[in-house]
Amino acid sequence: MSDPRQNSSELPSKPPIWNDPKYRAMFFQILLISALAYFFYSIVQNTLDNMNARGVSTGFGFMSEPAGFDILQTLVPFDSTYSFGRSFIVGVLNTLLVTVLGIVFATLLGFLVGVARLSNNWLISKIATVFIETFRNIPLLIQIIFWYALIVGSLPAVRDSFSLFDSFFLNQRGINLPSPGYESGFIYTVIAFIIGIVGSFILRIWARKRQEATGQQFPVFFSIIGLIIILPALVYFVTGSPITWDVPKLGRFNLQGGATIIPELVGLLIALVIYTAAFIAEIVRSGIKAVSHGQSEAALSVGLTPSQNLRLVVIPQALRVIIPPLTSQYLNLFKNSSLAAAIGYPDLVAVFMGTTLNQTGQAVEIVAVTMGVYLLVSLLISMFMNWYNAKMSLVER
Amino acid sequence: MYVTDKILPELPAPSNSKGIVHWLKTNLFNGPINTIFTLLAAFVLYKVIPPAIEWAFIDAIWFADSSSECKLANGDRKDGACWAFITNRFDQIMYGFYPEAERWRPNLAGIMLVLLTIPLFFEKTPKKAWLGGFILVIFPFIAFVLIRGGYFGLEQVDTGKWGGLMLTLIISLVGILFALLFGTILALGRRSSMPIVKSLSVVFIEFWRGVPLITVLFMSSVMLPLFLPEGTTFDKLARAMIGIILFQSAYVAEVVRGGLQAIPKGQYEAAAAMGLSYWKSMFLIILPQAMKLVIPGLVNTFIALFKDTTLVLIIGLFDLLAIIENVLGADNAWLGFHTEGLVFAAFVFWMFCFSLSRYSMALERKLDTGHRN
Repeated sequence: MSDPRQNSSELPSKPPIWNDPKYRAMFFQILLISALAYFFYSIVQNTLDNMNARGVSTGFGFMSEPAGFDILQTLVPFDSTYSFGRSFIVGVLNTLLVTVLGIVFATLLGFLVGVARLSNNWLISKIATVFIETFRNIPLLIQIIFWYALIVGSLPAVRDSFSLFDSFFLNQRGINLPSPGYESGFIYTVIAFIIGIVGSFILRIWARKRQEATGQQFPVFFSIIGLIIILPALVYFVTGSPITWDVPKLGRFNLQGGATIIPELVGLLIALVIYTAAFIAEIVRSGIKAVSHGQSEAALSVGLTPSQNLRLVVIPQALRVIIPPLTSQYLNLFKNSSLAAAIGYPDLVAVFMGTTLNQTGQAVEIVAVTMGVYLLVSLLISMFMNWYNAKMSLVER
Repeated sequence: MYVTDKILPELPAPSNSKGIVHWLKTNLFNGPINTIFTLLAAFVLYKVIPPAIEWAFIDAIWFADSSSECKLANGDRKDGACWAFITNRFDQIMYGFYPEAERWRPNLAGIMLVLLTIPLFFEKTPKKAWLGGFILVIFPFIAFVLIRGGYFGLEQVDTGKWGGLMLTLIISLVGILFALLFGTILALGRRSSMPIVKSLSVVFIEFWRGVPLITVLFMSSVMLPLFLPEGTTFDKLARAMIGIILFQSAYVAEVVRGGLQAIPKGQYEAAAAMGLSYWKSMFLIILPQAMKLVIPGLVNTFIALFKDTTLVLIIGLFDLLAIIENVLGADNAWLGFHTEGLVFAAFVFWMFCFSLSRYSMALERKLDTGHRN
């Protein structure tokens, strides 16, 4: 028997290998990886077996076969002779269309309602509160079906369309409006527009530099309006108005010509915009409230006007709080647009996961591609917003 | 000269700074712009609210044996709402196709759940943790046996017959239960120091958060049967549940992660210094504190899940909305009462979601002790 004190200078004996956290972690992770590998292996094996048994071929060969169905709304030319691959593109574009429109309108309405909720007008702020509490607590699917049914149910048949100037028509099948046809001279207007945008950027940088150097301000806002709107408009009229409008004409059963905005799009858009705006309004409200009152007082006391205070002090600080949750609302809107399938708006899910899947039976490929598209766009938007967020965030020491 | 040696009583405030007129002046008519806004808003309300009340209450027909009572002689709709559409089919809206003689079973399960849950809301209830554990672990089995049957001489009722509000509640409660379990594991995984565990958790969470629920439901209803060995059949409801749980656990994981991150590092270090193992330090020190912090967030996740359950309509389950839309809406005896059905469904969901969100806000205020680390 030795005195334990004699051993005190030696290192404590190593724990047995099964008690060493390092080896334990390694062992556990190897176990996890192999379990997952086996899991995926058996899934793939089962899927292949099942598909063989059902006589379904694998692979993406079906994408080039003719689709054989029509789509209600197409942003690129499409009819039943085009391929399934083309129908996929049509679906993606329709999804993106409703997402972009939805984001624009939901942001506008959301900011409006959010500011209204902070208004010192009691009635306005209460109406905003009721709006928010009503619409964010009702499932989006119910709202989509409701607005769509309301539009289809309350509008007249094609023959009795409401019309405005005999060129805009409103009926059960949507809104018919004149569509532009571009002639060759239109390219100059486009060039003028691009020049206007580039010029505005240069002007802004120059004006800021001049203000920093001399303190003199330049009327940037009005100059930009001149460059972006008036310059292309001038060019447009100088080159002799190179757009011909294709006006819809009311026939016996149908409207011919022009462009149509389908009621599915309108119903989906109204529901998405209202639902998302209710969430955005709360985000905007908390963002504005997060800017302490002292900031406004300080800004006013150094002589800024109320509008300058809002533009230069309050909004930039509120945006820092607003942007991260706003991003996730945009992402939600993008993902929620997939509910279009419920009312038959031909978005990616309805066209590709619905019709194409039914026609081809290629479940695995189609589900994977559809999810991949959503995943890709989601990751892209969140990457962009993270970058923007980092740029906007407070630089701290 | 006026001298007094008594303290004079307080004078009332001047009449223009109190009372209803003052309130109107400061809150509704301060300045020309606000006056215009007030008048506009009042006009809009006048245009919207009285007709809505007239439709929903005054002109409404609450009870009727057939739809003809809601229609005029020439077959057109009467002006008011036809709530008889709802009251007449109320049982089906609540239970779907669940056999009438057996409906006491879901009722009993529901009453048990309510009675068990109520004590949790009172501060002084002893052994709350045990009660909560009972609700989370044992009660689901009791409810399953009761509602599905097949044991103890109870007649078996297949999931295909479940429907209505009952199914909506079952999907959302079972969904949140499992999502809570997997979500917590995923959140711990994401905070783990093991690189493979961590990256797998991140990939899992970001994947499910990046795709819409409807694609997940499609996947679980179309692809799950392909994944399993040939010949295995899989209950439709179970397939939908798997999709919902996978999807929702990713969201729960992010909420729980927020709570884990809010626990000061000292707590982790103190637990390690006490010689607690990883699991002991998590279950005894970290999770109890973190879970308390994230209850409001979890309630919000539950609200989102509850609203999302309506999507099962698209894969052919008969939840509350699907019963109203697809079963009653397609019933020839009651055609043309679509709006009433939707308004009723919206109202039911709104009531649940609104009261839950108020509860979550109240919790947030109660748990907010003002300490910030």
